[in-house]
Amino acid sequence: MVHYIRTHLDASFAALSDATRRGVLEQIGRSDASITELAGKFRMTLTGMKKHIGVLERAGLVTTEKVGRVRTCKLGTRRLEEEMAWLERYRQLWDSRFDELDKVVEELKRKERIDERKKRG
Amino acid sequence: MNARREAEPAPTKDRTKVERKSEREVVVTRTINGPVRIVFEAFTKPDLFKRWWVPKSLGLTLLSCELDVRVGGTYRLVFRHEGSDMAFFGTYTEVTPHSRLVWTNDEGGDGGAVTTVTFEEKAGRTVVVLSDLYPSKEALDAGIGSTDGMNETFDQLEELLITLGAGSGRP
Repeated sequence: MVHYIRTHLDASFAALSDATRRGVLEQIGRSDASITELAGKFRMTLTGMKKHIGVLERAGLVTTEKVGRVRTCKLGTRRLEEEMAWLERYRQLWDSRFDELDKVVEELKRKERIDERKKRG
Repeated sequence: MNARREAEPAPTKDRTKVERKSEREVVVTRTINGPVRIVFEAFTKPDLFKRWWVPKSLGLTLLSCELDVRVGGTYRLVFRHEGSDMAFFGTYTEVTPHSRLVWTNDEGGDGGAVTTVTFEEKAGRTVVVLSDLYPSKEALDAGIGSTDGMNETFDQLEELLITLGAGSGRP
């Protein structure tokens, strides 16, 4: 999982390469905020802030929820947890699948050795 | 005989590694204790394939397994789970013996991933790298979001793994 977190952070790197987006993330980390509030705080147009939020959202760093006419942004930790849980289940499926494969391969190897011995007589 | 001594017992944890390589790709890596010609055979011969692809612990019954492993050939797996049947099917788009297999996963329509498996032999063991590349981030995320139906299956799997104890069942 540590490995996974690292690759996830790599994927998020582009989103974090921008100073404004890092600031926005820090801000949302302190408390949830609407796009309008964030645009005001960072002295940006609503459209500009929407673009930044979009980038953070696609990287899974931020989630947004629209209630009435206000879109609230929060840190995307839940998403990350969900994703990690999914990957862990996926890993367990493959782990047990490959365990079975190991057994099949082991058996074929044994069979080959026996055949080899028979051939040598 | 020497091969057995060379192959160190794999550690019980992290034998199977899963990484999200990019927005649309998940990669599974595992080293199998055997030469590549045998491992490749186990991936491509139906009578061998059906013995490991569906771990008993998943609680699924494999009703049929047809693999026509050649470029343009198709595969079809039919499972029964709690009384209902599900089919998984697709086409092999690349077949390079002992080195590489690529197949499509068509049961999910346009959102299906393309699976690439590469095999590399090292000191009598085979490193298997399996990548699922989704057509978009959304398609992969849909997979993450829609696992609810699978949760029960996976919960059972988890319970079973705990009961068995991690790493048991190895020869």
